[in-house]
Amino acid sequence: MAARALLRVPQRARRGEVIEIRALISHIMETGFRHSERGASIARDIITSFRCTYNGTEIFRARFYPAIAANPFITFTTIATESGTLRFEWSGDNEFTASESAAIMVE
Amino acid sequence: MNRRIFVLSLALAPWMRTARADAMHDAMSAVLQGATPREGRVTIELPPLVENGNTVPFSVSVESPMTERDHVRSIHVFNEKNPQPNIGDFFLGPRAGRAAVSTRIRLADTQTVVALAQMSDGSWWSGSASVIVTLAACTEIN
Amino acid sequence: MNALPLLFVVVASVALADDRRSGYEFMSRSTQAMQDDDMSNPAMLWVLDGEALWKAGKPSCASCHADMKGVAARYPAVSSGRLVNLEQRINLCRTEQQLVKPYAYESKELLSLTAYIALQSRGMPIAVKDDPAVQKGKALYEQRQGQLNMSCAQCHDQQAGRHLGGSVIPQGHPTGYPIYRLEWQTLGSLERRLRNCLIGIRAEPYGYGAPEMVELELYLMSRARGMKMDAPGVRP
Repeated sequence: MAARALLRVPQRARRGEVIEIRALISHIMETGFRHSERGASIARDIITSFRCTYNGTEIFRARFYPAIAANPFITFTTIATESGTLRFEWSGDNEFTASESAAIMVE
Repeated sequence: MNRRIFVLSLALAPWMRTARADAMHDAMSAVLQGATPREGRVTIELPPLVENGNTVPFSVSVESPMTERDHVRSIHVFNEKNPQPNIGDFFLGPRAGRAAVSTRIRLADTQTVVALAQMSDGSWWSGSASVIVTLAACTEIN
Repeated sequence: MNALPLLFVVVASVALADDRRSGYEFMSRSTQAMQDDDMSNPAMLWVLDGEALWKAGKPSCASCHADMKGVAARYPAVSSGRLVNLEQRINLCRTEQQLVKPYAYESKELLSLTAYIALQSRGMPIAVKDDPAVQKGKALYEQRQGQLNMSCAQCHDQQAGRHLGGSVIPQGHPTGYPIYRLEWQTLGSLERRLRNCLIGIRAEPYGYGAPEMVELELYLMSRARGMKMDAPGVRP
């Protein structure tokens, strides 16, 4: 099944208000340091990059390493500047990509 | 020049420096590119005793007005004892409002986590926190 | 007749609080916070999938069942003369009603469905029916076994609240299942957790779906009868 994501984005905010955004996505984040029972190395398979754009402008970016726990979770803030769309993009090993959007109304 | 550059690495006596502490030192150098971080303004929040090293709630915040002229550009987080020294890099900017990021990390052992923050004026600041990690009770064998 | 002793007995039984505590209460504040917010609880990722599976297929679960309120709180239960847990009941529906293959234990699909169903009992009291099998489960819970020759009761009745290594020993009430266990970094069933416990005391773990497993599950649920479900939970 495709990656599932959960977002916590306020539906409305006052202009200039600092809002908190949370994003959680399903992903095994295989570190590449584990071995199978037979001693074979299990290949790394992680999300390496996450970015958030606000009406097209990047407002937050993160680089993830194997030390980020499975089902990566991130909380960050941004200033509510205008109504529109927050877009979330994840990418990583094995050509992994995922994206989600959330609308925000700014008064 | 302030030789207390790397909060942990140089504070360790030579006999305490392990291959992994060196790896963290090198990873930090790669990001600093010769700059000297000052200790302060960066706060790491980690539970002092971790329930499970596989998933540890982690927060880092940096004191900054987060204005166009004075803001945090990026925060880079490192660890001392995992197989790999980097944890995550976070890129902010004046639109962030606050320099505060939370995530969940993996910690292989009792160790110190260090965060380096670069400001808009190019200066670097650092903060660290120590955490005790124990093995979980009752697991599977595999 | 002196009424004072009677009054004392009445007062004493009223004062006797229920000191059963969910595993949630034994966790650190930061792990509790992971469970508290539905948008931050990794178990909810499986609930999303479960909701999709509920509506999929012909016939879909949704085509027969309106909702699953209170269902997870009543399992294990007797179905067609056989004691089954929720996972087995889902598979019975699949093979007998939907005429499709059963899901494997701990498969993503089965976990997603049980998470979706269990969520609908959240906040509701555990209400398993009494059954002779409860006594079988109780005997399993109290018997010493494995290389360490320990019983469930020794840790979870006698030592609950104290530490085993760096971990706090909970009372063993299955109010939160299926759980996102931090140790697994994924969702898992009560049976998986019980297998962890059995391996922990160096005993031969019962197979998934084994009668002993279901009897043990039933005993644990009946021991927790009345406690509120907090599924799907996060646990260390």
